[in-house]
Amino acid sequence: MSRSLQHLLGSKEIVIACGPGGVGKTTTAAAAAAVAAARLGGDVLVLTVDPARRLADALGLKGIGNEVTEVPASVFEAAGETPTGRLSAAMLDTKQSWDALITTHAPDAETRDKILGNPLYKNITERFVQSHDYIAMERLYELHSSGAWDLIVVDTPPTRNALDFLDAPSRLADFFSSRLLRWLIAPRASALVGIASKPFTQVADRILGTQFLADITEFFMSLQSMYDGFVERSKAVTRLLSDERTTFMVVSSSETVPLREAEFFATELARRDLDIGAVVLNRILPAALSQDAPAAAAHRIAGRSSGEVDEVARILGLDAGLVDRVLATAVASFEDYAVVARREASAREQFPLGGAHLIEVPQLEHDVHDMAGLLEIGDRLLNS
Amino acid sequence: MTGVPHAERRLLFVTGKGGVGKTSVAAGLAHMLAAEGRNVLACEVDAKGDLASAFEVSAPGFKPEVVSEGLRLMSMDTEASLREYLKLNLKIPIVGRIGPLARAFDFVATAAPGVKEILTVGKLCWEVREKHYDTVVVDASATGHIVGQLAAPQAINDLVKVGLIRSQTGWMLDILSDPATTGLVIVTTPEEMPVSETLELRARIRDETTVDLAGVIVNRVLPERFSPKTEAVFEALRSPAGTTALVERFGEASASVLDAAELATSLRRNRIAHLATLRQGLGSEVPLVLIPYLFQRADGLRATRQFAQHLAEELDR
Repeated sequence: MSRSLQHLLGSKEIVIACGPGGVGKTTTAAAAAAVAAARLGGDVLVLTVDPARRLADALGLKGIGNEVTEVPASVFEAAGETPTGRLSAAMLDTKQSWDALITTHAPDAETRDKILGNPLYKNITERFVQSHDYIAMERLYELHSSGAWDLIVVDTPPTRNALDFLDAPSRLADFFSSRLLRWLIAPRASALVGIASKPFTQVADRILGTQFLADITEFFMSLQSMYDGFVERSKAVTRLLSDERTTFMVVSSSETVPLREAEFFATELARRDLDIGAVVLNRILPAALSQDAPAAAAHRIAGRSSGEVDEVARILGLDAGLVDRVLATAVASFEDYAVVARREASAREQFPLGGAHLIEVPQLEHDVHDMAGLLEIGDRLLNS
Repeated sequence: MTGVPHAERRLLFVTGKGGVGKTSVAAGLAHMLAAEGRNVLACEVDAKGDLASAFEVSAPGFKPEVVSEGLRLMSMDTEASLREYLKLNLKIPIVGRIGPLARAFDFVATAAPGVKEILTVGKLCWEVREKHYDTVVVDASATGHIVGQLAAPQAINDLVKVGLIRSQTGWMLDILSDPATTGLVIVTTPEEMPVSETLELRARIRDETTVDLAGVIVNRVLPERFSPKTEAVFEALRSPAGTTALVERFGEASASVLDAAELATSLRRNRIAHLATLRQGLGSEVPLVLIPYLFQRADGLRATRQFAQHLAEELDR
């Protein structure tokens, strides 16, 4: 079976781009979505869950929010394209998504307001990142089950966090099922005098104080009414990740450290029986840098005679001293990058691909600022 | 910004966007300080083992292990931190019996995520307060998470009204807020996204935490290849006539050698523009340290020593 990216983008409904930070993951995800919309058609959504919020930049747009926004046709037209499909983008706003989730699942307005007003809830959703992991997958589930999209490309936080967010749904389900929680929020527990007699709460009380414990208890008692809904959703999200309509695209560069992380990530995905459709390696240096003929030429230039330099200078009408300096610099540049290119090429060879399709994207000389740049990368993704 | 040099501070948090070399720089700083005769603790917060790789030792646990003269390495473990804290503060009999404690910890940490952060920051501040080391260098969380971590004592202070943890946040805040003691170092590269994240992070650190920005370290600065004068000569050599002249003398592949120089030049030009944006965005009061791209060594102890050497030169040590 063909595992080309064209095949993946055409047949899968969810493509999750994951991998270490700083390797162009956001750009790769945006490029894959853009090229799918432009060349393969359909309604395509790119969802970024990266707290760094860089998708707007990469798409050449300003201010994409939690709401899904369609990339205007003029953006494609400026790149000289008439897309066959439509591209939309959304960024994850953790707080807004949590509020929406609570509002949906709360049994009544009173419970909803109690949760939304709890200081602990505010703190969890606004300040701490773990809650991001769960809500990201929850949002993906919601968007996918709306049936509005042929393809959703998801950009994720860097590796280790991305793992957290894979595990977040089941962790949340475990948490809600935990005996400790049930015990704590059992009706008798609402009386603080009662719980203070238990050894655990004695410890917790001394560490955290009675008021905080009361906040925690109230928070989870309110959430309890939503327990079944939450656990059910968590399980559905977990199922969605291993669904055959979902695939993962591991993105990395071929520098030592990112590649090591990407390898770790690929191993973990495989261990969870999740499908790795493609491995995209960005910033590949030109092949010539690790080939023998250019190396031999560099060696020849390094050993140039003053006669040779004089001739070249004379033919081109240049100063021989300057020509000599420039040739020395060119050789030094070549040798610097040749070291890197050879190191990276051998690191790439050792990458355990499994059944994934390997895509190599060359080092770009300029940053991607607009749709034309995204589609240039997108076409490389499609055609390699 | 107070201008207290990096190396004079006793608690240095090193952060940066993923992939910019945050761990390498943290390792280089720790190595440099230890080489100057200080007693240094380097702590890895996210337990990935990269800091240990930078010194080519196996990953340490919560208990610091000596890696070289004056340098100890530890890996943060919030559960162990809680255990140590309880042992020191409560003398609770359940210490040692991990089962119930781990469950209770899981509960508390999940219910109030700030607890995990404060156990991390608290342990580091404690090492500083107890003066166990001259300097604690922290390979801290990446830019997305560092604010939550550094703001945790304040957050707990706001959330928790009484209790032992509350009573502990005061002295932690004192240590974190003192620019003579604590500083944040942001590592970045002269590339678009790392630069814009650095500028965003600087604003958030100022607005949401009490921690002082000690400086920004720019990693992977590419060397200048050509001056305007030599660049004109380079262009002439890359012209069809120039290429022919070179190919005739040095072989068919000569053009590839010049292509590499061209790639190097345009990559550098691009990065210089981002570096200028960074300088302008930070203003003159934030010390900027530049570390060259290490072509020869990507990682390992040799690279760490080179980082330490470049840092020492740049910081005038």
